[in-house]
Amino acid sequence: MTLAVQFTDVSRVFGDVKAVDRVSIDIQDGEFFSMLGPSGSGKTTCLRLIAGFEQPSAGSIRIHGAEAVGLAPYQRDVNTVFQDYALFPHMNVRDNVAYGLKVKGVGKSERLTRAEEALGMVALAGYGDRKPVQLSGGQRQRVALARALVNRPRVLLLDEPLGALDLKLREQMQSELKKLQRQLGITFIFVTHDQTEALSMSDRVAVFNKGRIEQVDTPRNLYMKPATPFVAEFVGTSNVLRGELAQLLTGSAAPFSIRPEHIRLQEAAGSDANATDVLVTGLLHDVQYQGAATRFEVRLENGQNLSVSQANNQWQQTAPAFQAGQQVSVRWAREAMVALTDVEGR
Amino acid sequence: MTALSTPVTAPPAGGPLQRLSNLLYRKPNLYLAMLLVPPLLWFGVIYFAPLLTFLWQGVYTYDEMAMAATPDLTWANLLALFEPANYDIILRTLGMAIVVSLASAALAFPIAYYMARYTSGKTKAFFYIAVMMPMWASYIVKAYAWTLLLAKGGVVQWFVEQLQLTPVLQFILGIPGVGGSTLSTSQLGRFFVFVYIWLPFMILPIQASLERLPPSLLQASADLGAKPAQTFMQVILPLSVPGIAAGSIFTFSLTLGDFIVPQLVGPPGLFIGNMVYTQQGSIGNMPMAAAFTLVPIVLIAIYLSIVKRLGAFDAL
Repeated sequence: MTLAVQFTDVSRVFGDVKAVDRVSIDIQDGEFFSMLGPSGSGKTTCLRLIAGFEQPSAGSIRIHGAEAVGLAPYQRDVNTVFQDYALFPHMNVRDNVAYGLKVKGVGKSERLTRAEEALGMVALAGYGDRKPVQLSGGQRQRVALARALVNRPRVLLLDEPLGALDLKLREQMQSELKKLQRQLGITFIFVTHDQTEALSMSDRVAVFNKGRIEQVDTPRNLYMKPATPFVAEFVGTSNVLRGELAQLLTGSAAPFSIRPEHIRLQEAAGSDANATDVLVTGLLHDVQYQGAATRFEVRLENGQNLSVSQANNQWQQTAPAFQAGQQVSVRWAREAMVALTDVEGR
Repeated sequence: MTALSTPVTAPPAGGPLQRLSNLLYRKPNLYLAMLLVPPLLWFGVIYFAPLLTFLWQGVYTYDEMAMAATPDLTWANLLALFEPANYDIILRTLGMAIVVSLASAALAFPIAYYMARYTSGKTKAFFYIAVMMPMWASYIVKAYAWTLLLAKGGVVQWFVEQLQLTPVLQFILGIPGVGGSTLSTSQLGRFFVFVYIWLPFMILPIQASLERLPPSLLQASADLGAKPAQTFMQVILPLSVPGIAAGSIFTFSLTLGDFIVPQLVGPPGLFIGNMVYTQQGSIGNMPMAAAFTLVPIVLIAIYLSIVKRLGAFDAL
């Protein structure tokens, strides 16, 4: 298995800000790989390092085995779909898509055929004569995709390409992108700050925080076995418990995570817990109805807040209607607790 | 029952200002009219009507004996423009306007590109001031200054001597149509002064058009495999054409209409502006002055339609 992209101890420093700090990643050929993180976490800089818009301050970047540091963007066999699409406003859709072929000297008839083919691939056949301004956001996004794919890159870089679309369109594009990636078999590197998007599309996800990678894993592992408090809280919602409480519950001061949906809420008096379950009492201080689920906020005796989420389905016995202000017990299985490693302040 | 007796449109509360404000809010067209009528009146009465009246005199008959124009309509003045002496003036002016526009664009582009792409904050402010400062000085003073700089024994000649390039200068001054006895009486010197004076009008529009160019477009071009020269030809240049066109409209029309520089710098031979000035001021031949005034207007109209046909404004 060859590596599509390999980062070895890559850093990128802007002034005294470490945008990317000693990052090492191995991205497999043919993988749908996402870089997830809040804004300013270094994910976009990493993408720009692969594209060649930035050069690393230190470290090595290999693209399909060849050292890429020092190569200009036009010397790299990767193509980018930009966040703002970056379509050329003075060219029609066909010329936009054929641009990469034109500058590489591909003959006119071949490049027009291939451009038309690429437009067909993104369901925009027949839109060739329009100008970018005449298209909707979703259509522009597809043109940007076709313009990159027409060059048959081995690695496609996508910089938050769905950020500007509305929810329905975004979900539709997500599944189309995933389908396209499977069909073409090329490596997709997808930058996003939307954890749902990253989880639903990717083979593997790298979670970025403050210029460093906290965890690289499959979506399922990322959610079920977060490695650090940051990952636990950024991917999905989580209760991270530490200190004395952690000591009391797990016998170790290391922080652990417990997902809100793994916690059951019950009457304070109830004590039908399994011997293996954790059972604590607290004050229910907020109830939020969210449609598919209801969110309960419970304050434990030591002041720690705990989020509890319960599905609103007919199987769920919703019998006691919990009211804010009442004393409750919360209960969860020991296996649901995930030990975390504190990496802050490395 | 107060609720029923209240009219549907609530009475405007407050004083007359409040009522006026409400009225304007309800009638946006009235608001627009109040905004536009004064400038339109100014434009129409002070500017447009006199210009049309003046141009209309271009078809009046000029009586040379009486030194006065009579409102007998004739094509004679307009036809007179095509007499060799007059036609020469038009060609001389037009040629200079074209050459000055081309040279200004070539000189302005790198400066504008540097300003738009590589400067920010204080450096950018410095460049703005540096570009505009010459415009703060009186235009006539600058033209006079240039006559001194370019004159025999002037600074430019001194520099050329220090660089041992006097033979080159002599050779250039010997070229017919370009040279003259000194730089300040040559067509070349006149060209220098025009380019110097109108350059800011070219730099600023190009700079503005390059500033609007999103950096991601240049990155996209490189990303798709374009070498820097290809990115320049395919993306940067086409998208800055509206700026170049806007700048060249300034340099072109300002050169066409100028009558001071041709008077102070360069060989004898009138420009359109001088001709209008002479006909109107010295001779009093209003109809001929009007006919000459029409020339730059027509030339600019032709120029604009060519520029438009070339697609210069498509990227706007």
